[in-house]
Amino acid sequence: MTAHLPILPVILPLIAAALCLLLPWARAAWLLAGATTWAVFALAAALIHRVLDQGSLVYALGGWPAPWGIEYRVDALNALVLLVVTGIGAVVMLYARRSVEREVPRSRIPLFYVAYLLALAGLLGITLTGDAFNLFVFLEISSLASYILIAQGPDRRSLTAAFRYLVMGTIGATFILMGVGFLYMVTGTLNLYDLAARLDGVEANRTVRAGFAFLTVGLSLKLALFPLHLWLPNAYAFAPNVVSAFLAATATKVALYALVRFLFTVFGAQDVFQNVPLGTVFLALALAAVFSGSFVAIFQDELKRMLAYSSVAQIGYMVLGLSFASVTGLTATVVHLFNHALMKGALFLAVGCLAYRIGATRMEAIAGLGHRMPWTFGAFAVAGVSLIGLPPTAGFISKWYLVSGALELGWWPVAVLILLASLLALVYIGRVLEAAYFRKPSVAEELQAEAPVALLAPTWLLAGANLYFGLDTRLSAGVAGEAARALLGGPG
Amino acid sequence: MIEPVALLALAVAVPLLASGIILGTDRWPRVRDTLVVSGAVALLGVAWALFLAFRDGARPRLELTEPLPGLALALELEALGVLLTLVAGTLYAVTAVYAVGYMRANGEPRQGPFHAWFALALAATMGIALSANLFALFLFYEVLTLATWPLVAHHGDEKARKGGRTYLTVLLTSSVGLFLFALIWTWQAAGTLAFTPGGILAGQVEGLSLALLLALYLFGVGKAAVMPVHRWLPAAMVAPTPVSALLHAVAVVKAGVFTLLKIVVYIFGAEWLLSQPSASWGVYVAAFTVVAASVVALRQDDLKRRLAYSTVSQLGYVVMAALVLVPISLVGAALHIAAHAVGKITLFFAAGAIHTAAHKTRVSELGGIGWRMPWTLGAFAVASLSLVGVPPTVGFLSKWYMLLGAWEAALWTVLAVLTVSTLLNTAYFLPIVHAAFFRKEGPVHGEAPHHGEAPAMVVAPLVLTAALTVVLFLFPGLPLTLARAMAGMTS
Repeated sequence: MTAHLPILPVILPLIAAALCLLLPWARAAWLLAGATTWAVFALAAALIHRVLDQGSLVYALGGWPAPWGIEYRVDALNALVLLVVTGIGAVVMLYARRSVEREVPRSRIPLFYVAYLLALAGLLGITLTGDAFNLFVFLEISSLASYILIAQGPDRRSLTAAFRYLVMGTIGATFILMGVGFLYMVTGTLNLYDLAARLDGVEANRTVRAGFAFLTVGLSLKLALFPLHLWLPNAYAFAPNVVSAFLAATATKVALYALVRFLFTVFGAQDVFQNVPLGTVFLALALAAVFSGSFVAIFQDELKRMLAYSSVAQIGYMVLGLSFASVTGLTATVVHLFNHALMKGALFLAVGCLAYRIGATRMEAIAGLGHRMPWTFGAFAVAGVSLIGLPPTAGFISKWYLVSGALELGWWPVAVLILLASLLALVYIGRVLEAAYFRKPSVAEELQAEAPVALLAPTWLLAGANLYFGLDTRLSAGVAGEAARALLGGPG
Repeated sequence: MIEPVALLALAVAVPLLASGIILGTDRWPRVRDTLVVSGAVALLGVAWALFLAFRDGARPRLELTEPLPGLALALELEALGVLLTLVAGTLYAVTAVYAVGYMRANGEPRQGPFHAWFALALAATMGIALSANLFALFLFYEVLTLATWPLVAHHGDEKARKGGRTYLTVLLTSSVGLFLFALIWTWQAAGTLAFTPGGILAGQVEGLSLALLLALYLFGVGKAAVMPVHRWLPAAMVAPTPVSALLHAVAVVKAGVFTLLKIVVYIFGAEWLLSQPSASWGVYVAAFTVVAASVVALRQDDLKRRLAYSTVSQLGYVVMAALVLVPISLVGAALHIAAHAVGKITLFFAAGAIHTAAHKTRVSELGGIGWRMPWTLGAFAVASLSLVGVPPTVGFLSKWYMLLGAWEAALWTVLAVLTVSTLLNTAYFLPIVHAAFFRKEGPVHGEAPHHGEAPAMVVAPLVLTAALTVVLFLFPGLPLTLARAMAGMTS
């Protein structure tokens, strides 16, 4: 059983998805999806424990050895991503029952959980696989499932949002497929580690360059790097609250992981950042993402849209860390991947509590609610402080590594810009808190009460994690540092 | 007897726990208010026990966690920290009584959360006082900013929101934009952020870089209110008076100057700064703040605003004395932290008592009020004298040390500034006292024309703190010993 540990996180949700399809009752479907997610979370914990203990795990699918068969390889980096995705999934599932019953018609709930399980399986597949084509397949599985999930939003605009995401997502996936194809043409292999070894021997010809370009652009689209982020705000704003929280905290992170894997493991930092000026390109785009995303977020009157634009900015931070191409920079990227999942998950769940109680998530609607829903806004405040990057929260740790990375290279203007940008987050988070706590409530909301405990408990679980990982960073920064050193230590 | 290490933890944990309990007992106001006061008294006990442990030579160190490699969240007992712990602990105990009385007498809304945030702010202040390194200090510094925001914006009207916004924006912009930047720079240059006698930057940062780093700290520690980063202080005066009293005469602003003093002594190292001509400009910025803020204070009719600008000016003294850099001047700076705290809190208490009893907030309305509220205005007069620097009040002592320091360093500008600003202090304080006792009462408008003193719970604390200014003049041994220990002068 333990020998099959690397494949189980993918297999379990896939089987559960099929089983879930047979279940006619909403409650049973939720129970199955929830139990599966928790089981996978436990597996992820076991895996990361193993990897940190014994080093990378290699698993040959179906017993076929590496260059021919599909290989799964777990190292510190993807074990951490796996933990983030399953952990967020597990918390979101606790929250899902009440929230989904409110937002999705009862008859469609089992199908909703089928789509969720497929999305989960897809995301975990991308994370674990060591095979380029397999990665593409799982990318498609997770993408198709997320289009369905987004389209379940209570507002009809969720349909157009999902369709837009579908169009953009398909373009991205096609690019990725073409990139993989080009690399296959040159090297004759699809295994990521085999590719890395063979590309070393190949002179950088146009085919490799084109494959590299297709892959980078395709993955940038999936991870919503400015200016390829246009699908994201509407998709997150109109999706059901559970889906917004889950996807915001996981989907773009997994795409980012795939990008890191291709850039550092397959092509190698040397090739990417010295022979091609990708560092400069990413630096410029990341800063543009940080500032444009934050600026636009300031002017949003709908909380979910605001958070979505903030995500664009936060993705910018992660890519910024990449562009440093240093151990500290890469650590910052991975730490922020971890921490941002916590903060954005908590924020979307808090907004979900709000939507559950008052049915609206607009700025006017929240005036004075801070005193009526102290727990909801308390969680929002904690996660918001983390998003701004103030101690003692997880966000501060990200910011510390990012600024240190910039200063280490002597890029102090970049360090200044990073700090300036966190003040923009202060503006949009501060606006919400000010309205919630220091504005007089409108009369209509006189009788509002706090959200149910079933929603608050998971929200606070993530909010509390923001505080915990601001003080104890052995898991987040410790593993991220190890992953970063491994990635820059050379391919494989 | 409790272990000194446990005392370190208790200094932060007691107010933290009190904060939670206060919130939990919000439904029973009597129980809650009793707990507010007993929590404060317990904290004073801890602060006193810490001082006794320090006097006996204990230097406990407590490491909680290490969020970043090499940067621990650690607490350590150190002379200046003991001084701030004692000042904040003593004045919090007094303020807790005052705050309960004030909030009740004025029928303020949401008293539970108010007292809870108050206690949380104290926990952060204790953390700042006892931090073993600049990293831990920064962490508590930011918590203090966030915990005091709800107190500043407590009233929830447009004015309070605006004040709160300015407060938060200025403090966070300066701390994240400049202070944090300087912190990371220092970390990269020195490889440590531990508070070390003699500093950690000697030989690491010099010349123009040193000037820049000093500027980042000087303006980044916004709580020290060095012009032009002082805007948050008058803006924060929209808060209920107990907040202005404790947080803006004691905890927040003292945390600011305390931080700068710590940075000068334990990060830069006073001797290293003294040897670098590029760092000599700082003292003039502080000197400008002292004079300019006094001039602005002269023209304020709103009593609390006048006190706020007076605070800006008095904080300038501490920063200026710290940047004079000779040991005797550092003693003056540390001493002035205590002296100004005791004096200014009395003045704010008095302003609050006048507001409670007479509903007056303007200096021009105070004619003849001294005869109606003799205790309050008497205390006001004593505290004013202390801030001007007249014996027999403790303000005289701190000013004396600052003058000695400026003389020793041969900084004539500083000597001149100290003289001029003493005149200015006299010019904005004494007219208030004069009007209160020697001018006719103006025409009465509004309610409560025949008011007397404010409730005893409001008046007793301010009489006590006024008495303290005299007591500290007569028995300055305690703060003086701590200040000398910090400056490295063995007595």
